[in-house]
Amino acid sequence: MQQIAARFKYLFCSTRGLILGTIALMALTVAIFGMLSGPMAELGFKDVVERGLGMTLLPAEREARIVMLYHTLAMAAVAVLVYFITDLVPMNRREQAGINATVTVGFLSAMIFGLLFAYFGHNFVFHGLFIFGQSLVFFAGLMLAAALWPWRKAYLLPAGSEYSRGPGGISLERTAFFVMAVAMLISALFGAIPGAFFGNGFESFLAEDVVRDPVKTNLQLAIIGHLHIMLSLIAVATLLILSRWIDFKGRLHKFAMPPLILGTIVLSLGVWLLIPIEGLAHVIIYGGSTLVLPAALFMVIYGWRQLIRDRMAALGKTSWNFFQGLRAMVADPIKFGVLWQMVYMNFVVSFVGIFMAIKLDEIIRIWPAREERVTLTGHWHILATLIATILLLHYADYIGLKGKVRQWFGWTIILGSNLAFAAMTLFQTKRLYVTETGQEALINTTILLADIGLVMVILVIAVFLFARLLDLFRPRGRWAEELAQEESSREVGE
Amino acid sequence: MKRGILLLLLVTLAVSGCAAPAPSGPPPAFETGVDAESWVLVPAGEFLLSRHAHETLIDYDFEIMTTPVTNAQYVRYANEALAAGKIEIAGEELVGPYPGDAFHGERHEEEIDAGNWPLLTLNHTDSRLTFDGQTFSVKPGYESHPVTMVTWFGARAYCEYYGWRLPTETEWEKAARGTDGRAFPWGNEIVVENANYHHSKDPFEPIGTTPVGFYNGAAYAGFQTVDSPSPYGAYDMAGNVWQWTGDVYEGTHYRFMRGGSLLNYGYDLRVWTRNSARPDFSAPSTGFRALRTVAG
Repeated sequence: MQQIAARFKYLFCSTRGLILGTIALMALTVAIFGMLSGPMAELGFKDVVERGLGMTLLPAEREARIVMLYHTLAMAAVAVLVYFITDLVPMNRREQAGINATVTVGFLSAMIFGLLFAYFGHNFVFHGLFIFGQSLVFFAGLMLAAALWPWRKAYLLPAGSEYSRGPGGISLERTAFFVMAVAMLISALFGAIPGAFFGNGFESFLAEDVVRDPVKTNLQLAIIGHLHIMLSLIAVATLLILSRWIDFKGRLHKFAMPPLILGTIVLSLGVWLLIPIEGLAHVIIYGGSTLVLPAALFMVIYGWRQLIRDRMAALGKTSWNFFQGLRAMVADPIKFGVLWQMVYMNFVVSFVGIFMAIKLDEIIRIWPAREERVTLTGHWHILATLIATILLLHYADYIGLKGKVRQWFGWTIILGSNLAFAAMTLFQTKRLYVTETGQEALINTTILLADIGLVMVILVIAVFLFARLLDLFRPRGRWAEELAQEESSREVGE
Repeated sequence: MKRGILLLLLVTLAVSGCAAPAPSGPPPAFETGVDAESWVLVPAGEFLLSRHAHETLIDYDFEIMTTPVTNAQYVRYANEALAAGKIEIAGEELVGPYPGDAFHGERHEEEIDAGNWPLLTLNHTDSRLTFDGQTFSVKPGYESHPVTMVTWFGARAYCEYYGWRLPTETEWEKAARGTDGRAFPWGNEIVVENANYHHSKDPFEPIGTTPVGFYNGAAYAGFQTVDSPSPYGAYDMAGNVWQWTGDVYEGTHYRFMRGGSLLNYGYDLRVWTRNSARPDFSAPSTGFRALRTVAG
């Protein structure tokens, strides 16, 4: 009994255990529900999963099912972000425990009952529990915003601090966390309010299906804004978590934080203004994005420079040439990878998005809507998955993965995901290079390459999770070490 | 060893990634037995429109072509209309008159002025039609395949020439699904024997259209189909080619298509799925069928 209690404590009371459990649940969800569409469905897996698990999949409900699936995954992803934030950003221990407990119950309720409702018949008690879970996650967000309040005396920075410092000594990094949390709470309402009108003037839809509709209702605009800003704010949260983790400081930190805060506010405002001033809102959004991106750039520059310095210091070198520096930078795939993925995001997400925006009428809207739809869905699937790989790499560093396992885990995720994302970028923009008649070879090649890349990533995650599962059966496994480590660090903190 | 694995991987990629090129010779010749000249009656009455099943009334009977317009039918029209001076050759295009759309100046809206607009591009490599300077003809073996590479103007001109018109989206959907709210013309499930869609393993794969009415329960060189008409007896209402519809909506120049095509996944063949493009767009996966109202 004591052994079970210890493991329960690890999985539900330690940050590392909570994140491990959430990642495992997300991986399981993706593994099962990813079989229901795309190439997996084509290969016959859909029928096996559908019959094997007794799912009820009416064709007319596909879009609504997908919306619920996205929400369950998003709730879990938000929970992971919250666990990282409550651990990395200084706050009261009781606040941390309260926030983590609330978000855990919330996301589990939303995930379990949301999926049961969407895929296994419509029991409206389950739907209620899905909404209840999301409400708890929202409530945890309120608690988090309160805990992050930057004007608390205990968290003010002294004059001459190496970290970005605002008027009265407030930490601008903490302010950025606070602004992100508040913006996310407000943006959540932009999805919740139309959702509350479901069946009473609002019908489920996928944003990519209505892009060419000349008239969009206010509720549709709210949803479109909601999904864009939530993903953007998840990216901002990830950036801030990494910033804290690598101990970003100094001149670049001072350059990065003010535009990051301002950019987050402007970007969010732009989205919130989508309903009254749709045309102008896009300009505001571009303005906000332009402010956020340099902050990410400054952090990557700082992070890579620090990686080289640390590595060289470990080797006892005080001077080095470019190639030695490069080698030092990539020596640790995990630390290098989290920052590299942010750079790579520009090639497969940001630049593609900018190109699509600039050439919308000239090129993209010349294509049939289904082609535009492929670019849109590809675009945000890559962004979401890329953020997931960053968080996975960060988690690997967080739990202190070492030696060859660290090398294999890091490089497999970097190479596999980069291969998959590059292939999918080519696939989604295929109409730039090939006509319908000539597309088959390109489709087959890019899909194959994407599958190889994704299988690499999935396999390494599966092996990792399986190893961690086995570890839980060991009396003094890694889980016990991690638990002890967290408990001792808490004692030191207190 | 590592180099060997890398080489093997590259060879595997090259072999599996590069699919066989599209066949340049005649396609397999199959007679479906479905009459492309026939029409099916869709009686007046209510039906369930869209994914959200809105009760909608069409208060008149109409007839819709049993199959999409074939290459043979379009060639007959093009030759007749060209001889009658209704349409003309302009450079590399067959063009015809269109009265233009009302322009509302909405975001992304483009003006469609009155004048001659392209119906199809002459001797396009993706087209199954050829033009020798005088006469249009069909590439051998493609006579009973749906006409493709025709613009919305080209589809509209065909219908107008015979006194018919393109179906509206609402009419098209009713003809496809009947009154019981089904997702596909034949029911609520789709299998590869129902329709021509992405990797549906038909004898015309990877990118070929199937002859109209192909999915009628017959077996073709070992490929067994399931009889898959709509409740009113129309074939190819899902898959094979997207079909232009006739609506012109305020605030947009786009024209809408229904039915999904050989390039789409099965779920895109659900009867409410829309596609859209500029009216001068044409593609090897886009065709149309006509509608005529019933007197009385």
